[in-house]
This record gives sequence, C-alpha cells and structure tokens, in this order.
Amino acid sequence: MRRIDGPVAFRGGGFAPRARGWAAAATLIGLVLLWQALEMAGLVPTLFLPAPLAIGRTLWALTLSGELWKHLSASLLRLAIGWTVGTVFGIAVGLAVGLWSALRSPVMAVVAALFPIPKIALVPLFIIWFGIGEGSKIATLGFGVFFPTVIATAGGVDAVPRGLIRMGQSFGLSTWKIVRSIVLPGALPAILTGFRVTTSIAIVLLVAAEMIGAERGIGAFVLAAGNLYDMDALLAGIVVLSALGLIVAWVIGVAERVLLRWR
Amino acid sequence: MTQPPSMSAAGSGLRLTLRGIGHAYRALTVLQDIDLTVAPGEVLALVGPSGCGKSTLLGIMGGLIAPAAGTVEASGSVADDCLNPVTYVFQDFALLPWRSVRDNVALPLEPHLSRAARAARVDEVLALTSLTAFADAWPRELSGGMRQRVGIARALAVRPACLLMDEPLSALDAQTRTLLLEEFAGLIARAGITTVYVTHTLSEAVRIGHQVAVLSRRPGRVRALLRIDRPIEGRRAADPDLLAMEERIWAMIRDDAATAERERIDAPD
Repeated sequence: MRRIDGPVAFRGGGFAPRARGWAAAATLIGLVLLWQALEMAGLVPTLFLPAPLAIGRTLWALTLSGELWKHLSASLLRLAIGWTVGTVFGIAVGLAVGLWSALRSPVMAVVAALFPIPKIALVPLFIIWFGIGEGSKIATLGFGVFFPTVIATAGGVDAVPRGLIRMGQSFGLSTWKIVRSIVLPGALPAILTGFRVTTSIAIVLLVAAEMIGAERGIGAFVLAAGNLYDMDALLAGIVVLSALGLIVAWVIGVAERVLLRWR
Repeated sequence: MTQPPSMSAAGSGLRLTLRGIGHAYRALTVLQDIDLTVAPGEVLALVGPSGCGKSTLLGIMGGLIAPAAGTVEASGSVADDCLNPVTYVFQDFALLPWRSVRDNVALPLEPHLSRAARAARVDEVLALTSLTAFADAWPRELSGGMRQRVGIARALAVRPACLLMDEPLSALDAQTRTLLLEEFAGLIARAGITTVYVTHTLSEAVRIGHQVAVLSRRPGRVRALLRIDRPIEGRRAADPDLLAMEERIWAMIRDDAATAERERIDAPD
C-alpha cells in the first residue's frame, strides 16, 4: 500500500500549438540577415552564392529597366489563365464525380491514372497539340491544376453532411438549387484548401513550361541567366517566384477568412 | 384563438393516410403492415423502442425514403401561400452553418418569393419563434434549443399543411426540452397543422399527441393506438390522466425496449 498526500499536479498542458505571425516574418528576415552577414564576413564566396544585397541591387535594376515587368507580366497572364481554366474544369468535374455514381468510378479511374504523370514530361506533346506559343504553356498549367482540383472538390462534396442534402430535398428544392446552396458552399473549405496546392503546382509548372520555347516569362529569364552563369540575375528571378508564392498564399488566406468566416 | 383541431377551418388541412407500409434494409425487416390515419389538424405522436423504425416511417411519410410496400397519401386542400405542403423538422436541426439564422429560414423561400416577400415572411416567423434578436447570428453561436427554434421557424416559413417532426427535442437538455415542447405544442395547435411527432420520450408523446401510436420492436408494427381527447394547449405535464397514460405506454414497450437495448445496432435509422 502507498500513501498519497499532496496537491494534484497539473498535467493538462501542451499539444495546443498556436500560429504566431511575427515569428514567421522574423524568421525569414533573420535568415536573410544571417546570409548577408556570412557573405560580409567572407565565409561564403559570392561566386557560390550572391549576397542578398547584390540580389536586391540586381532586382532593383531590373525593375527600373522594365525588364522585370516584361517577364513578370507574361508569367502572371499565363498563371491566371492556366490556373483559372484548370480550376473551372476541375471544380465542374469534381462536382459531377461527387454527385453522380455514373461518373464517379470512370472519372476517378482516369484521374488516378493521369494525376501522377509529371506534366512537364508532357510539354512536348502539348506543343504539338496546342502550338509552341501560349497554348502549350496554358495547357501544361491547366492540366497540372485540373487533377488536384477534381480530387479536392470530389472530397469536399463527399464531406457535405447527407442530412443537409436531405433537408434541401424535404423542402422540394431543385437539384440545381441544392448544388448551388448546399453542396458547393459545403465543399468550399476543401476546394479552398485545394487552391493552396494548385497555386503552388501552377507556379512550378509555369516556370518549367517557360523554359521551353519562351522568350518572355520568369522561367525564360531564369533559364537565360543560368545559361550565362549570371547568379545575381538567377537568384533575383527566384526571389520573384518565392514572393509570388507568398503573395498567392496570402490572398488565399484572406479569401478563406472572408468566405469561411462562419466557422 | 384556441380551437380544437377538429373544428379548425372546415375543409382545410391535410389528411395523411398510410396503407400497408412495410420496409426492410436488405434482409432486415424494420416496418411491417403499418396502417395509420392522421386527420386534418391532428397531432399523431409516434413512440416505440429504439430501432423500431419510427424515423424510417417518418422518412417514408415525407417522401425521403421509398417504402418497400404500401402507400402514403396526403389529401385535402392547401392554402395558396403554402410552398411545401409536407415539411420536415430534423433531430439534428439540419441548419446550413454558412448561413445566418435569417438566411437559413429564407432558404426554402428562395425559389418561390421575391426578396421583399421573403424578408417579410422571415421576419414574421422569427418573431413567432422569439428569434428576432438572433436573426444575424451564425448557427454555431446558438444553443441547441435556439437552433431547433430556427428549424421550426424555417418549417413554418413555408406555411406547411403537415409537419413531420423527427425527435425534434432529443438533442436538447431536459429543461430546454420542457420549455420548447410547450412552445411548439402551442404553435402547432394554433396553426392547426397536421403533425406527426416522433419521439422516444413518452411524456412528450402524451403532452403533444391527439393520438399516440405505439410501435413494437423490429419489425415495427402498430401495437396500440391511443386517443387523448383534450386540447393540446391546456395540457399540463403533471396531469394525472396523462401520467397514467404514460405508465400504460411504458408498460407496453418496457420489455421491447429492454431487448432492443441489448441488440447490436446494425440498422440505419
């Protein structure tokens, strides 16, 4: 037998991580400062890795000369069109898969077979189908975005409580009204989570597609800089891509806060 | 305006007639040979042990489940402003979490009414269910009782001729249940809406029903049909006649309930 005598110790802490915005920003800024400090101390040769200040200067020069905007505007246009096309078709097909058994297995089989293919490998094919110009680049993005969107949307539709759909039916709502007012809003959280994935995929594919037969675009710019071993310009292009990714993620975050404020 | 339902506006209201209803989930027969009639403006309480198919029967009456056998008929005249003659109230409220209280209530009106007409009807039923102050709240901000008020408000907004209520209070705590039961009973009685009220709480059944149908354990059949000939609105929980009725029903289903409680739960209900 054991005697117990004393206060009951608290043991319910932890397992509750919280997001800290300032810590995220401080980490990125700290890493850049550390990088710059290492270069200035002469610990990293600038040929291996240019210093942040040098990249910044190059970026500034590219901005002033209009060179940056020339490439960035071409990339943004492709990104917007390719992502939108893939997303619109992806949501439509994902909804259909989530709603009708006739389409579910056939479409999901095709999606499962085509989703894992690296779309970059298909670029030559897309060039033959859609031409060397904008068509093949937009098709690469569109296909890359389409499959994950189908999967995210179908999963979101499956997650809509059946009881809510029965409720809609019990009030005699039309199929279209149920889809619009119950299924789509119910699937929206999953669709928005899918956007986080598809925008990243789109940026990766954009650069890859622009490395084949493009004169303009961040991908073409990065490729040209790399061929010349112009590391300042190469990294300037990469910083632009990283910033693009951060901005898109932030926009989606804002969209989630606005559209899902009921949660 | 407290009229006994038998005298409410002659010729209006829906009569529900169930003939030979049977249902099975694969090999499992859950309902067999159910014949029931609910007169216009009358409240039928449906009780029985867990898993006896009460909710399935209600789903069949509402056209949400196709019966394996038998027919459900709704007959009678319906007011011109009625948008959904047979209307459901759900146990889990079935509110859209992304719509405010007001917009949840407006949902079934959207295909039928203009924005202004919708707003007028929504305001009216929100007032009727004491929800006016909560019109712009999200469902997650409401207690269970308030959420079911929204469910009732949404159902009343379509001016139903028949209400099918599937254990509307069973997700709530006992005090809320007592309060809401009185309120709902009053609303239904005053509106003279034909109602089927599924519950497994016998006190609710005798408090709200003109008839109480007692279902047996699976396969569910009508074991007894009791009439309670007094107006719903005057009834009190402590009424000795109602308590006696409750005792009688409990005696009928006690053994079934004890058996049902020991069974594996394998039937969707």
